[in-house]
Amino acid sequence: MSIKLNALLSDSYVDVSQYRDQHFKGNRYEQEKLLKQANTLYVGNLSFYTTEEQVYELFSKSGDVKRIIIGLDKVKKTACGFCFVEYYTRTDAENAMRFVNGTRLDDRIIRTDWDAGFKEGRQYGRGKSGGQVRDEYRQDYDPARGGYGKVVSRP
Amino acid sequence: MSRRRHSDGDDDGGQSHKRRRTSEPIEIEDRLESLICRVGEKSTSSLESNLEGLAGVLEADLPNYKNKILRILCAVARLLPEKLTVYTTLVGLLNARNYNFGGEFVEAMIRQLKETLKANLYTEALYLVRFLCDLVNCHVIAAPSMVAMFENFVSVTQEEDVPQVRSDWFVYVVLSSLPWVGKELYEKKDVEMDRLLNQIDGYIKRRLKTHVPMLQVWTAEKPHPQEEYLDCLWAQIQKLKKDRWQERHILRPYIAFDSVLCEALQHNLPPFTPPAHMPDCQYPMPRVIFRMFDYTDAPEGPVMPGSHSVERFVIEDNLHNIIKSHWKERKTCAAQLLSYPGKNKIPLNYHIVEVIFGELFQLPCPPHIDVMYTTLLIELCKLQPGSLPQVLAQATEMMYMRLDTMNTTCIDRLLNWFSHHLSNFQFRWSWDDWTDCLALDADKPKPKFVKEVLEKCMRLSYHQRIVDIVPPTFSALIPADPIFFYKYQDEANSALPGFAVAITVGNAIKNRASNEEILTVLKDVPNPNQEDDDDEGEGFNPLKIEVFLQTLLHLAAKSFSHSFSALAKFHEILKALTDCDEGKLHILRVVYEVWRNHPQMISVLVDKLIRTQIVDCAAVANWLFSPNMAHEFTRFYVWEILHSTIRKMNKHVQKIQKELEEAKDKLERQQHKKQKDSGDEEDMEKNSEDEDGQLEEQIERLQEKVESAQSEQKNLFLVIFQRFIMMLTEHLVRCETGSVDFSTPWYKNCIERLQQIFLMHHVTIQQYMGTLENLLFTAELDHHILAVYQQFCALQL
Repeated sequence: MSIKLNALLSDSYVDVSQYRDQHFKGNRYEQEKLLKQANTLYVGNLSFYTTEEQVYELFSKSGDVKRIIIGLDKVKKTACGFCFVEYYTRTDAENAMRFVNGTRLDDRIIRTDWDAGFKEGRQYGRGKSGGQVRDEYRQDYDPARGGYGKVVSRP
Repeated sequence: MSRRRHSDGDDDGGQSHKRRRTSEPIEIEDRLESLICRVGEKSTSSLESNLEGLAGVLEADLPNYKNKILRILCAVARLLPEKLTVYTTLVGLLNARNYNFGGEFVEAMIRQLKETLKANLYTEALYLVRFLCDLVNCHVIAAPSMVAMFENFVSVTQEEDVPQVRSDWFVYVVLSSLPWVGKELYEKKDVEMDRLLNQIDGYIKRRLKTHVPMLQVWTAEKPHPQEEYLDCLWAQIQKLKKDRWQERHILRPYIAFDSVLCEALQHNLPPFTPPAHMPDCQYPMPRVIFRMFDYTDAPEGPVMPGSHSVERFVIEDNLHNIIKSHWKERKTCAAQLLSYPGKNKIPLNYHIVEVIFGELFQLPCPPHIDVMYTTLLIELCKLQPGSLPQVLAQATEMMYMRLDTMNTTCIDRLLNWFSHHLSNFQFRWSWDDWTDCLALDADKPKPKFVKEVLEKCMRLSYHQRIVDIVPPTFSALIPADPIFFYKYQDEANSALPGFAVAITVGNAIKNRASNEEILTVLKDVPNPNQEDDDDEGEGFNPLKIEVFLQTLLHLAAKSFSHSFSALAKFHEILKALTDCDEGKLHILRVVYEVWRNHPQMISVLVDKLIRTQIVDCAAVANWLFSPNMAHEFTRFYVWEILHSTIRKMNKHVQKIQKELEEAKDKLERQQHKKQKDSGDEEDMEKNSEDEDGQLEEQIERLQEKVESAQSEQKNLFLVIFQRFIMMLTEHLVRCETGSVDFSTPWYKNCIERLQQIFLMHHVTIQQYMGTLENLLFTAELDHHILAVYQQFCALQL
């Protein structure tokens, strides 16, 4: 009786993505293990003006939020469009991956991904100009993320 | 369907070839499972030809993989009820080709049925029985033996001293299988079936329906009565019988194979006695059937089947099953819902929306997490942008119109859904259509709903956005600007007691003074409550709390993180100031005072205060029920805080219970290991004795912790229920003596909030039923309040 059907085990929204943090201290195996047990999510494509309060409200829909760390521009120390959301339980984080990922916050489709866990320093953007790397090179104009990408606006 | 085991054409080289050979049987088993699970899905060939092909493949594999095939087929019978008739046809074809296999399958199904019943898996057991019924249509099982099984099921209604939910389930199983097999059974055994249905009729008439009011989404009978689930199904079956069992909605692939199938030999079901009732049996809870649409609501296109038509039952059942199978994968779920077989003959979008809201509003709880439904509806809107959004808008409008009689818990879920949904669509809504609510008193359901929706929308955006999205006429319903109220703000307030200290404390905090230094500064705050002989000033000093906390929270008002940091940094001081119950109550009052325009901030601060043990759960409950908060009592955020508080308490108890179980398991394992290793040297024995001793000590400590936590939990519920009883009794008495109608909007809200406590925490509350009945819900209570308790008890009787 106990056979489970593979067809019904599919839970693709909870799968780990291809992205791996290159600054992670540890080997690939350790990183994979942490990602598979993580209660923390990376949230990307936020507007620079999205507040901690808004993130709390949205992500509380899948469970109690333990803490939120807003990503900051390394130079300006202002929000630069990403954050970390940590839950008390893995189940709550999984439900966020299933039902909050790919929906809108502050009118923007946000993207969530598993994170191996917040460490001091990871709240800063890693782009040359201080923000996120993706804002260094993008060509489009995004008024909620500082306008043009840095490569465009640099003379 | 070709079998390409050896001729895959893979010439990758020796290594992969070798790998393939050793893992072959597993690959084949996976392939079999995949073939079976996928049959019936979109294909270039017809369903009939796919079934024919698959039957051929499986027949050929029986010599080597019979057990695996049996297990897979049993699993799909149990877990994929939405594809029932596809799989019964498959089994029918196999039985026609191999009689013994058919017999073994039926035996396996009966074994599985017994196991699922033993394991309290009543929904799965239901699908198994339904599968067996449809096998009658496929000439696998002889009709008379199926009737005999039904007779045994219905005889459960004659049992004495069993919970009603037990006999309910057995009757439900029989009735809910009849859409599939009623015709065939009546053709073969009409006398017996009539007797069966008469017995059921008698049962339906005499069973108690105390539980119904607690489970209804709307209290009004119009436009659609919220029928009890067995009543509704019985009406549908009676209508089906009147229509001579003609049922045209169910997809029946076996009809195409009739010539093959009727040649097959049938098996008899072995006599099946329903397992006896045991105390730990957990039968499914009763339900109410949610209806919001009828044929008048779908203007064009196919007509919606009536509420008592069996088609309606089958469609809803299938849609619920699709959601159950695919809820974790919203794109798949939406696609499966929209590709429902037979969709062209029904207004599918209306059925889908009705089923989804039915689940979202289900009492006590939705089958799946609330947010899933929001995301699923968004996905459906994406796939059907030309039609589904309109149906959804129509549904929203209808629910707005019927708010007056909607259960408060359901209104909560509706406004959560609606505000979240709007936030995904730039808050676009025809607010002008709802200007009627502006003429009503603010405490009436419609304006209250709009106000709470706008407040929730603001939490997902910001104040100015809300001002911009609604017409100017709605200004009274716009939420307040979430600003901080600092008592000691300007010089104008300098006369306030403690003002000077507030300034000093503020500066001290800004200059990173130590806790001792700050406590010293606070010593200067006079105590309005101080007894004359209390020289030390050790007693509870509300002014001290006020001065310190107002100032601290003012400095940290910028964001949640700032406030959390502040609470963490000065945890010691806060603990010292709020060491008694009055202190805890006062800290909550101050939080409310300063942040009364920002309910979301109040929620998160209260959460942190509980988690850092500055206040306890009972303090929060007492605060919310206190006269100071009476004017906020009907606001949604108050109940969010209370339920969150109860949940934290529950999780805390569960956590310690788990720790205790783990320690006990560890000890057992250790002792078991010792038994096996006994006869070793003295040293080892002594060490393990120490280990045991340590563990036993730990277990004792944990046991105490569990008892203490459970005691706190019980006390929390007692406090809450006592407060409800006091408030409601007071209201009822006042209305009676004043000869006014007690049924005010406040009363409706309050009594339904009491219901909500029972419903949302029913699992935990079950443990304390004895205490509740003896201490609180006694016969002396006003019958309006007692009714809520009695309805709750009826959910598991």
